[in-house]
Amino acid sequence: MKTSWILVITALLTGPVAAADDGLYRALGAAPGLSAVTADFVDRLKADPAIGHFFKDVNRKHLVQQLGDQFCQVAGGPCVYEGETMKNSHADMGVQPAHFNRLVEVLQDSLDAHGVPFPAQRELLARLAPLHRDIVEPP
Amino acid sequence: MIQRLPTTFPRARRALAAGLTAGALIAALAPTPAGAATGKLLLTGGVSSIDGAAGGGLTPWAVTGSYAARGQWGATAHLTRAVTQDYALSVQGVALSWDDRLELSLARQEFDARDNLAPLGLPGLRLKQEILGIKWRIFGDAVLDTDRWWPQVAVGLLHKRANPGGLGPTLTGPLGARDSGTEGYLSATKLLLARGLLLNATLRATRANQNGLLGFGGAESDDLSVYPEVSAAWLLRRNLALGAEYRAKPDHLRRSVLGSGALAEDDWWDVFVAWAPNKHLSFTLAWVDLGHIAPAVQPGRQSGAYLSAQVAY
Repeated sequence: MKTSWILVITALLTGPVAAADDGLYRALGAAPGLSAVTADFVDRLKADPAIGHFFKDVNRKHLVQQLGDQFCQVAGGPCVYEGETMKNSHADMGVQPAHFNRLVEVLQDSLDAHGVPFPAQRELLARLAPLHRDIVEPP
Repeated sequence: MIQRLPTTFPRARRALAAGLTAGALIAALAPTPAGAATGKLLLTGGVSSIDGAAGGGLTPWAVTGSYAARGQWGATAHLTRAVTQDYALSVQGVALSWDDRLELSLARQEFDARDNLAPLGLPGLRLKQEILGIKWRIFGDAVLDTDRWWPQVAVGLLHKRANPGGLGPTLTGPLGARDSGTEGYLSATKLLLARGLLLNATLRATRANQNGLLGFGGAESDDLSVYPEVSAAWLLRRNLALGAEYRAKPDHLRRSVLGSGALAEDDWWDVFVAWAPNKHLSFTLAWVDLGHIAPAVQPGRQSGAYLSAQVAY
C-alpha cells in the first residue's frame, strides 16, 4: 500500500516533467522530423554563398548524423551526441559572429520549410545559441 | 475626444501615406551595394529612435544600428513622422555603426506648431533641433547569450542643439532655458529568445524640455536628473515585432513666467509594430501619446499615428 502511494506520487512528480522535457523534440517532429530538417539544413549550408565554404569538404552523411544527434539531445530527445566538442571541431576555422548568425538564418529557413512553428524554432535556437562562444573565434 | 476623431484620422492617413511613399522611394532609389553589412539577425539592430540612436521609437537601446556585426561597418537612414491632434513632428536621421560596438548618429527634428501659437504672434511656428549622438556597447550580447542573465549594456551621449525660431527670445529670455544640452544615457537590452520577448531599460540624464524642442532647463527649475525609459517587444515572427514603450521626462517649464502649468509636459508612451521585410528596409508604425504640449495654448492631450521608414546597409 505504502509502496503504491510512493509510486503514484513519483509518477505525478516525474510524469509531467518528463513529458515537458521532450516537448521540443516532439514539436520538431521527433526522429523523422529531425532527420528531414537536418538533411535539408546540411544541403542549404553547403549551397550557401556566405558560409558554404566551411562545409564544402565535410561528409554530408556524417554531418547530418552529427547534427541530428546534437539537435535531438538539445531538444530533450532520446539521443546522445558523441561527436567532437564544438570548441575542437571549430578550432582555427576563423568563424566570425556574422557566419554564426548566417547559420542561424539557414537553420530558420530549414525549420520554416518543414513547418516547425515559430515558438519551437525560438526554443531550439535559444538552447543552441550559447554554443556561439565555442564556435566563434574570440575577438 | 470624439469631436477630435474626424480630424485626427485624415491626418494620420496623410502621415502614413507620406511615410510609406518616402520609404518606397528610398528603397527604389538605393540599390543594395555588394558590401552591405548583413551580419546580424533580422531586427536585432532595433529601429531608429526620434533622437537618431538605434532603439525603439522614443528611446535608445543598447543595440547598435544596422546589421554590422563584429568587424563590419553599417549605416542606416530614416524618415519619421508623427501627427497628433494639433501638431506634427518630422525627423530625418542617419547613423553609422562599426564592429557591433560603436554607433554615431545625426538627426534633425522639426516640430510643426501650426497656428497654435498665433495668439503669441507666432503663427506657423516650427521648432527645430539637431542631435549628434554617440553610443558605445560596453559588454554583453542581447541575442545569443541565452544562458546568461545579464543584458547587453551600452552608454551614449546625445548632444542637442535647438532652434526654436521666433520663440527663441522668450525661451532663452524670461523662461530661462538654454538652447543646447547634452544628455547621457545607459541602456540595457535583453532578448529572452525562448519566449521571443525583448526587454530594454534606459536611464537618461537630461534637463530637456519636450525632448529639447523647448530648450533645456528653465528659470524655476534646472536640475539635471535621471529618468527611466522602458520598452518591451514581442517577436511574432523573425521579421515582425509588436511592442510598447514608456519614457519618463523632466518638467522644468511647469512653473514659469507664463503661469503655472502653461508649459507643463507629460511622460510619453507608445505601442508599435515593427516590420523588416529584409535587411535593408524596415517600417515602424506606432500610436504615440505625447501628453500635453504647451497646454496654455492647446489644452488637449496630443496623441496620434507615428510612422518611420528605415533603410540599412
